[in-house]
Amino acid sequence: MPLQYDLNLKDPDGTYAAIIDAHGDLTDAESAALNARLVLLLANHIGDAEVLRKAIEVARTSLGKAR
Amino acid sequence: MAHAKDRVFPHRRSADHGQPGPAHHPIVIVGAGPVGLVAALDLASKGHRTVVIDKKSNLSDGSRAICWAKRSLEIMDRLGAGQALLDKGITWKTGKVFFDTRQVYEFDLLPEAGHRMPAFINLQQYYFEHYGVEAAQQTGLIDLRWQEEVSGLTMTGDGVLLDIATPEGPYRLLADWVIAADGARSTLRRLMGLEFEGRVFQDQFLICDIKMKMDRPVERWFWFDPPFNRGRSALLHKQADDVWRLDFQVGNEADRDEEVRPENAARRVRSMLGEDIDFTFEWISLYRFQSRRLQRFRHGRVLFAGDAAHQVSPFGARGGNSGVQDADNLVWKLDLVIKGQAPDGLLDSYDAERAYAADENLLHTTRSTDFIAPKSAASRMFRDGVLALAETEPFARRLVNSGRLSVATSYDQSPLNGMDGFARGEAGAVRPGAAALDAPLDGGWLLQQIGGGFAGVWFSRERHVPEEVARGQAGLAQREVPVKALVVSQETACARYGAAGAPAYYLFRPDQHVAARWHGFDQGAVEAALDRAIAKS
Ligand SMILES: Cc1cc2nc3c(=O)[nH]c(=O)nc-3n(C[C@H](O)[C@H](O)[C@H](O)COP(=O)(O)OP(=O)(O)OC[C@H]3O[C@@H](n4cnc5c(N)ncnc54)[C@H](O)[C@@H]3O)c2cc1C
Repeated sequence: MPLQYDLNLKDPDGTYAAIIDAHGDLTDAESAALNARLVLLLANHIGDAEVLRKAIEVARTSLGKAR
Repeated sequence: MAHAKDRVFPHRRSADHGQPGPAHHPIVIVGAGPVGLVAALDLASKGHRTVVIDKKSNLSDGSRAICWAKRSLEIMDRLGAGQALLDKGITWKTGKVFFDTRQVYEFDLLPEAGHRMPAFINLQQYYFEHYGVEAAQQTGLIDLRWQEEVSGLTMTGDGVLLDIATPEGPYRLLADWVIAADGARSTLRRLMGLEFEGRVFQDQFLICDIKMKMDRPVERWFWFDPPFNRGRSALLHKQADDVWRLDFQVGNEADRDEEVRPENAARRVRSMLGEDIDFTFEWISLYRFQSRRLQRFRHGRVLFAGDAAHQVSPFGARGGNSGVQDADNLVWKLDLVIKGQAPDGLLDSYDAERAYAADENLLHTTRSTDFIAPKSAASRMFRDGVLALAETEPFARRLVNSGRLSVATSYDQSPLNGMDGFARGEAGAVRPGAAALDAPLDGGWLLQQIGGGFAGVWFSRERHVPEEVARGQAGLAQREVPVKALVVSQETACARYGAAGAPAYYLFRPDQHVAARWHGFDQGAVEAALDRAIAKS
């Protein structure tokens, strides 16, 4: 399955809030560490290397760091 | 005889010395390290005489390589030194990984029975070389010349002229073929002006090999960020003779002379193993490593192998082990070319296959290095995330990378590969290009039966061999490059080769890699694959 560009969340605002909440009591360093763990868990869940490659590309492009 | 590490080899003046012209030899090997020795032994097994030149008077300075992989042991077994290595080496298969004070992961390298050789043995490099030298002396074909150094090289039209410096003055050799196995600082590379391209890493590691009686399981222990070496890594591993390898990451800035002072090194040893231990030092060494390789391993009649051709970080034990595979790959090709049974172009496939292997090894060791010594804050963040998750989440354990241990390279893109008559993914471990997998036969082992020439194996659970297969195999055994005929019906072997149901025919190369395979037998197809495997078509 290719990377989803259209909305795929049943509760978009709730999901967004859950991510922010997870960082609520964290320092910047802890937040970065949490994000790393989330990326690893989700990458494994997705499994598809092509989807991940595409996601990395889109994320970097939005940072102005296209490769 | 002196202990392997204390052996001293005198200089002996050879008959080539003091001749008016250079002495001619078909094959000269420069370097009597593991790779030069394996090349000489393999050439001897095929009847070739060699002259082996080494500038040292001793075996490996220090233990250096300690982990010898299954494939190296199988190659040494074919050359007659496998059992000696097995008897002296420490067999192990379990590794444990710690993060801070907690164990996060444990692995078993060879969960499967039915192989003659274990996944790994640990044995000091000087022992590997010692058994190599012993075996070399048995052959009567290997002229080992210690304390002689190659100092000049000239390519002639159809040979290579070498200047040799010795304690008794210089002489010259004219070789048809030269194997450059002269190590990471290769003189031949320099004499030929060849660039060694790649990365040099700044991280420094301190090796302390200590002798100590210690009642510990024979396991590889690797620590990330332990209390005794905060923010860095450490390794503990057993060798023969109650010698233990301790390896500490010491950082980029550490002062070389300070680190290797015994009292400072002893402090590190005690911080890992306890204040009250009783030990003596065998070897203290500080190293930085590099990931580099020659662009081409073949330069006409000079063939580079081992560290002279490529250098990798030690994580994964891929240096010596891949060098042994270089020799294994090169020698049968050189043998056929010298005998005029294969075109010169066969030697180009040495470069194609072993450069591909070097890239694989460089990729794995570079990834391990980045995991062990992260180069950025983000890299460290992910690394620590993997280690923390590995404690509870199975998926993360597979991401922990303390070195991906050496296994034989499969030459997937090789120009020598013939037909794969199997369905995609069927018995993928033994696809064309892959090294043969061992299996028990009645009173022996499959790899021993395959031996060191081309071999054709009919794998079938049916003991009755069809008439056309028997006739075809007999015909193949009569060719100029003969194919040894084998029939195997044992259950494990047939299962490993995808012949539990329908019978299969495999063509193996002299280095025991699969050339081609089919369900069923077609002599014409086998002959075509054979021609392809020796670069005739
Ligand atoms: C700390 C450490 C740990 C390691 N651990 C492992 C491990 O566990 N497993 C593994 O597989 N590998 C390991 N390696 C790598 C391994 O030691 C090398 O890959 C291996 O020695 C390469 O063998 P070689 O025969 O190519 O070269 P070398 O062993 O370096 O031999 C080259 C020989 O050529 C000779 N020579 C050089 N120049 C000349 C000249 N001009 N004339 C004549 N002779 C010459 C030298 O005297 C030397 O004897 C480790 C290395 C280090 C440093």
